[in-house]
Amino acid sequence: MAQADRRGSAAQKILIGLALLSALGLAAVIVGRILIGGMPAEGLPAEQRTGLLFQVGRLFELGQPSDFLWYGLALLTLGSAAGVAFSRNIIYSAFSLLGAFLGVAAMYVYLGAPFLAVTQVLIYIGGVLVLILFAVMLTSHIRDVKVTNSALGLGPGAVVLLACLGLLTVVAGGTPWKQLPAAPLTDRTADIGTAFLSTYLLPFEIASVILLATLIGAIVIARKDDPADAGGPPSPADGQRTRAEAPSQETR
Amino acid sequence: MLHVGLAHFLVVAAALFSLGAFCVITRKNAVGILMGIELILNAANINFVAFEHYSAGGLHGQVFALFVIVLAAAEAAIGLAIVLALFHALRSIDVTRAAELKE
Repeated sequence: MAQADRRGSAAQKILIGLALLSALGLAAVIVGRILIGGMPAEGLPAEQRTGLLFQVGRLFELGQPSDFLWYGLALLTLGSAAGVAFSRNIIYSAFSLLGAFLGVAAMYVYLGAPFLAVTQVLIYIGGVLVLILFAVMLTSHIRDVKVTNSALGLGPGAVVLLACLGLLTVVAGGTPWKQLPAAPLTDRTADIGTAFLSTYLLPFEIASVILLATLIGAIVIARKDDPADAGGPPSPADGQRTRAEAPSQETR
Repeated sequence: MLHVGLAHFLVVAAALFSLGAFCVITRKNAVGILMGIELILNAANINFVAFEHYSAGGLHGQVFALFVIVLAAAEAAIGLAIVLALFHALRSIDVTRAAELKE
């Protein structure tokens, strides 16, 4: 009796399983028809297929996924730049600059210049942005929004903004620029190094001299003038003090 | 239609330049003006590299952009040192109040 029960329940289970399977199959067919659009779609040209997958595929025919990503990055760049230009608080401006620099680095990646992108991140974000944040926090009364980032000449500024944007956009879009055939993206970092040390050797050396001059100049300009040794020959006491301080500076 | 080409990069660079110019014109804060200059230099760099990639070929665009980055770093360092010196002299970095080179 119990065996028959078990057999009956096993048959019930099989039946239920079969029903579930057929329901799943039916659902799969329905979903497949929605996605692909029925069997005749196989022979149709791509433009006349109606399935959801083909609609999505057609969306991608408008552009590669990387193109859509590019629009997002352009939005990041320009949104951050607008934040820099329009923000009422200089701190927000400085942090918006981070997004603008990152977006520009991403543009370099799209343009096949990965070395430049890394340089952008290292120098602009790691160097210039930190310098700017230092300057902001050392100089302004940060909490006073009115003082830190007040604006003047909003009218002329808006005129220049719109005029530049309109003129440059019309020129950029309307000029038939020379187009190279699309080349595969290759890593040309080694070529850049070679160019720096052969074709561009003189500018390279001048740039290093400029950096040295900048280093010294920035220290000289930003140094706080010590009122003790401002003008006049140093007194013997001054000389003794410098000699006394010198070892401590070396140990530091 | 939506494929990204040279014109797209040029338009982004144009917008970046315009926003930087707006920033330079309207800011009274010296640091804000420096930020606008950085935006303008970045826009020029995008143009260099975009023209190299789409029109000119070679490496000159990237090399020029690298030189621009170096000079921008130098400019930022000197500019911010001047801003600090200005702040020590005037207790303010409002460029409309900085009219003298020496105290």
